[in-house]
Amino acid sequence: MTLRVVVVYPDLLGTYGDGGNGVVVVQRAQWRGIDATLLEAPSGEPLPAGDCYCLGGGEDGPQLRAAELLREDGALARAAIDGIPILAVCAGYQIVGRTFPSADGRALPGLGLLDVATTKGTGRRAVGEILAEPLDDGLPTLTGFENHGGLTTLGTDASPLATVVAGVGNGDGSEGAVAGRIVGTYLHGPVLARNPALADRLLTWASGETLTSLEDTEELALRAERISAVRGTVRRSGRTGRSAW
Amino acid sequence: MTAKDAARGARTQLAVVATRAINLASRRIGAGRGSVAGGHVGLLVDPRLLEHLAAGRRLALVSGTNGKTTTTRLLAVAIEGRLGAAATNATGSNMPTGHVTALAGAQPGAPAVLEVDESYIPQLVASLSPEVVVLLNLSRDQLDRTNEVRMVANRWQRALAAAPGTTVVANADDPLVAWAARDAARAVWVGAGLSWRADAVGCPACDGRIVFSASSSGGWGCTCGFARPPLDLWLEDPTGAGGGTTVVVFADGRRLPLELRLPGRFNRANAAVAAAAAEAFGIPADEALAVMGTVDEVAGRFATTEIAGVAVRLMLAKNPAGWRELLDLVCPGDGPVVVGINARIADGRDPSWLWDVPFERLRGRPVIATGERYLDLSVRLRYAEVPHLAQGDPIEAVRVAGEKIGGARGERQSRAHSQGSHAVDYIGNYTAFYDLLARSGARPTAGGRGAGRPSSPGALEETSR
Repeated sequence: MTLRVVVVYPDLLGTYGDGGNGVVVVQRAQWRGIDATLLEAPSGEPLPAGDCYCLGGGEDGPQLRAAELLREDGALARAAIDGIPILAVCAGYQIVGRTFPSADGRALPGLGLLDVATTKGTGRRAVGEILAEPLDDGLPTLTGFENHGGLTTLGTDASPLATVVAGVGNGDGSEGAVAGRIVGTYLHGPVLARNPALADRLLTWASGETLTSLEDTEELALRAERISAVRGTVRRSGRTGRSAW
Repeated sequence: MTAKDAARGARTQLAVVATRAINLASRRIGAGRGSVAGGHVGLLVDPRLLEHLAAGRRLALVSGTNGKTTTTRLLAVAIEGRLGAAATNATGSNMPTGHVTALAGAQPGAPAVLEVDESYIPQLVASLSPEVVVLLNLSRDQLDRTNEVRMVANRWQRALAAAPGTTVVANADDPLVAWAARDAARAVWVGAGLSWRADAVGCPACDGRIVFSASSSGGWGCTCGFARPPLDLWLEDPTGAGGGTTVVVFADGRRLPLELRLPGRFNRANAAVAAAAAEAFGIPADEALAVMGTVDEVAGRFATTEIAGVAVRLMLAKNPAGWRELLDLVCPGDGPVVVGINARIADGRDPSWLWDVPFERLRGRPVIATGERYLDLSVRLRYAEVPHLAQGDPIEAVRVAGEKIGGARGERQSRAHSQGSHAVDYIGNYTAFYDLLARSGARPTAGGRGAGRPSSPGALEETSR
């Protein structure tokens, strides 16, 4: 059986290169001999059945449109109930939550797949490199680039993905959220290219297989360079996750 | 002249003198290329300096995400061919400081062709009442800025609707540009093509979906009725496929063969747009195109240059749309390609856009990843299954590429270049490109009337590109 990795609405949620997350999952499956295919699902067409869904970041108008279309379509909510893994980044993270802000700050209804609520931040947008330590011991440091103006608060049915070391994340010192097999995060990069262990976590869930290890020479070199560059900046400026920068 | 007028004139004169003196000093001490610092001071002395300098000139503005430096250059040479020396910001300093410098250094009354950063178009249209405004395209660029393309298009539209004396020369194939020019008093619609549609599928009029016709020349439309305007001119065989000649076809029946020394479909499109702008300026398109055909490089771009003993064709691409065009250009070849990526402020600090570029097309060629963010590129190339070498130092990367020449063909070529040929393609994003030029001490070898000025990185953080 072919593993179907669906990139959701790249025409609406494809502004920040997050479509690369789908490419990473598919390649990491294929390199291990797991048959996998990438399905780019444009808005305006029914969302195809999949074994893993990836949502990315987008502009305010398209974000609202994506939320409306996904609610009408219903397939993503059914997938969430069925335990299909979903990775939701930035605007995608916000819309899988209970509420997300419009451009002028009104609370709009999200899909309610993840128990988080996002409001519009009052300060400057969070734009820059971010480092965060996952709460799950099995995952190494997360590295990425964040670019958002939202403050995200977790409800009791979601756990933070990580604790911020440098950058802003959710805005309260935590970053992202996890519930079951749904992962929300503010990290671009794309996040799975910079954090292959997270990609393999999704792939394990999607395939049900125990994964062989890959060499990941390029990814490890990039991670080491990014983590060291950001830690150097933090040391120089004393920046922490709790102050917007 | 009233006393008030005289005082204003004196202030402008002082500002001009300050602008020139500081730019000269900046060049003398080697602090910069002398295009920004003086403009800063000039604008401090006279905040309305740009208006005063533009008064009494015929003025064209050129903007868009990609192609504005080249189109500005092509239009400037066309205008110079008929009207004499033009004031232009040839080094790509495309914000008001750079515009002040360009105008302060020119003869009073000389025509001006200014490249303008997308975000400054409304301000300059309102304050300078340009004769012609050229709009090329709008697409994602610099992900860490919040310059949503739709917002830019709306701001352009409002500014141009309030400019009754301006002729807009617009790329009708880009829905966002068509939206921006919709209410212009006079528009010339050019079918200049659009190879990156991802930012154009949302209808700017109704938020519905724009549907593009399958053929590249077939136009686009939305169910709300917003559709491609009727074309005034377009390109026939824009890619020159099959060795044919590209022809600029006018709705009035004229057919002008397009022969450029600059490579690529996108440069043919830029030339067609520049020809339409030249006509709006009163210069016949055939005359304009003939002069444009002599341009062989633009601010170091497209020039073949010797670096580390290797003949390198230098190209700049800074976003997914630009990369697609350049991959179309280099992919018929099989020689080494050096790709340079930085992520400084002028590049956008988030290089995630690399995942929107179809680097898969480089499979089978020797590829060297370089630049300050060569590790990000290296990961991207791994997932595109493009075998490559990673070398952060760009000069060293070019040297390594030189050693790969002939490998793909199984025959050894001379590493020294002969007239018009190159051994290695280098494509860099903005600061990576100019960093390589500055560090190599390279001067384009091709020369000619299109010769640009390779610039030092000193001013890079000050131009928005």
